Amino acid sequence: MSPAALVAEDVTREYALDGVTVPALRGVSFTVEAGDYVAIIGPSGSGKSTLMHLLGGLDRPTSGRLLIGGRDVAGLGPQELARLRNETIGFVFQSFHLLARTSAVENVALPLVYRGTRAAERRRRARAVLERVGLGHRLDHRPNQLSGGEQQRVAIARALVTDPQVLLADEPTGNLDTRNGQAVLALLEALNREQGVALVIVTHDNEVAARAARRIVMRDGEIVS
Amino acid sequence: MRLAEAWRVAIDALRANRLRSMLTMLGVIIGVAAVVVLVAIGTGTKQKIEQQVEGLGSNLLIVVPGQVNIGSAPSVSRLDLSDVDAVTKIVGDRNRVAVTVASGETVAAGAADTFATINGVIETTPQVFVRHLARGTYLSRSDVDTQRRVAVLGWSVAHALFADRDAVGQQITIAGVRFRVIGVFEQLGQSLGIDRDNEVHVPITTAQRLLGTNRVDGIAVKAPNRDEIDDLGARIIAELSRRHPGTEFSAVTQEQILGVLGDILGVLTGVLAAIAGISLLVGGVGVSNIMLVSVRERTKEIGLRKAVGARPRDIGLQFLLEAVLLTTLGGFAGMALGIAASLIVAALSPVPAAITWWSLTLAFGVSAAVGIVFGVVPAQRAGRLDPVVALRTE
Repeated sequence: MSPAALVAEDVTREYALDGVTVPALRGVSFTVEAGDYVAIIGPSGSGKSTLMHLLGGLDRPTSGRLLIGGRDVAGLGPQELARLRNETIGFVFQSFHLLARTSAVENVALPLVYRGTRAAERRRRARAVLERVGLGHRLDHRPNQLSGGEQQRVAIARALVTDPQVLLADEPTGNLDTRNGQAVLALLEALNREQGVALVIVTHDNEVAARAARRIVMRDGEIVS
Repeated sequence: MRLAEAWRVAIDALRANRLRSMLTMLGVIIGVAAVVVLVAIGTGTKQKIEQQVEGLGSNLLIVVPGQVNIGSAPSVSRLDLSDVDAVTKIVGDRNRVAVTVASGETVAAGAADTFATINGVIETTPQVFVRHLARGTYLSRSDVDTQRRVAVLGWSVAHALFADRDAVGQQITIAGVRFRVIGVFEQLGQSLGIDRDNEVHVPITTAQRLLGTNRVDGIAVKAPNRDEIDDLGARIIAELSRRHPGTEFSAVTQEQILGVLGDILGVLTGVLAAIAGISLLVGGVGVSNIMLVSVRERTKEIGLRKAVGARPRDIGLQFLLEAVLLTTLGGFAGMALGIAASLIVAALSPVPAAITWWSLTLAFGVSAAVGIVFGVVPAQRAGRLDPVVALRTE
């Protein structure tokens, strides 16, 4: 059995705002196993975004232990964290975050640039992943030439191109209509099922959360169920 | 590979904001062009003056009364023709000694007249200084010995009095006294705005009678070779000091003149380059400013790149390259503009301009350095952005 994709043990995160310490997470513990499908749900201000940033290696906890892909993030500098994100995590954002004026295939290949992959190999892999998400006919289109659903699929392809252990999706359907939202969710679930990539969806939508194998409900920086 | 991506992104970013990139570059273009043009003018002027001083003839020693000091008033000459004989004895060859007594006088021929420098000289002048005749003959020793009223005209004087007609054999008057023209010099051109062709050579004996004086303004000696110049100068000064107790004499060589002129022009060129450098600095500040704007505009992009694995230095490099690209492109354009402007100045104005490799290299190097120096702060700022904050930015 492969090690857990994500392990959080009594993780806290505090922010200093104008000299006042504000706790965003107050001791969170849970595990995301390899191939797991977890929804993190809670109202805004519950700390779920903070948690997602921590799980994605974009931030480090104030205290507690956090393992990403089996590696403890404590003591990792910006360089090592960047590498950890590149190798272990695939991000999908609510607002897609595609580079404008850049073709779909180049957007998807971007993480490989920072891995040092050669240009031809980058393009080959990006094309393969785009075909996997059903956009083989849109390789050289730019984001503004694609629909919202297509843009999110490009973003999913970008998250997948590095063969990550975990897909972290932050409100992936938030900017999409119901039909496109359903299609994107179905795609993420298919990837989870067929490729064994752990899927963590952060959402405030109960319908979306209900589809996950496991739900983590957050309130005021704590897991309530 | 990451470097290639950084280049691609940098070029893309400049293309995305064409007008802004152009305007930012303009500061660098103007700065670099100014450096190139001003250094070219400084260098060209220096080269031209050096050519002219060297063109006087080699191994020259010019002896004048008083001290040669910039800023001190010229002293009244106490030399006369007997001193010239004494110097000639030291030198041992009359053909190596030239003398002059100079005065500004009106020269006329028929209805035409002009104001020219009258140089009273001896017949050796063309051997000591390099002077060539366009027409006729130069003064002879017997002209000098017998105070003949004969004259050799500079090109401008001949042109002013006789236009295109042959001046040789014509009668002119100098300060109302009649002279016969026996020769015309080849044209020399201008030096530091002074027309070197606006002169008339007459026998020194004739000139002294005309001016009512027996003074000699200066003695020039052509040394047989370079090694003897200093020794010869010392011996001449010793002899003249013995003959004129209480009067100082100076002997200057071409090297000394060139050295002094070179120093002055070098400083002048440096000052011009420094002034131009300031505009380059201002251009650099503009680059820095626009790069900070660019970082702010692309905060979200930086956040995304970091999320997918860009290290701080990948982001920093990307923005640094963008700044360097701006200034080096500006540097190239500025060099082209500077070269073009220098050629135009040299062709259309009397100001000489010589483009030098070192000024081009310097201007280009400085523009690239400006990109690095003024790009570092925005690049560091971009590299250190917190990805969480950057991703949240709208």
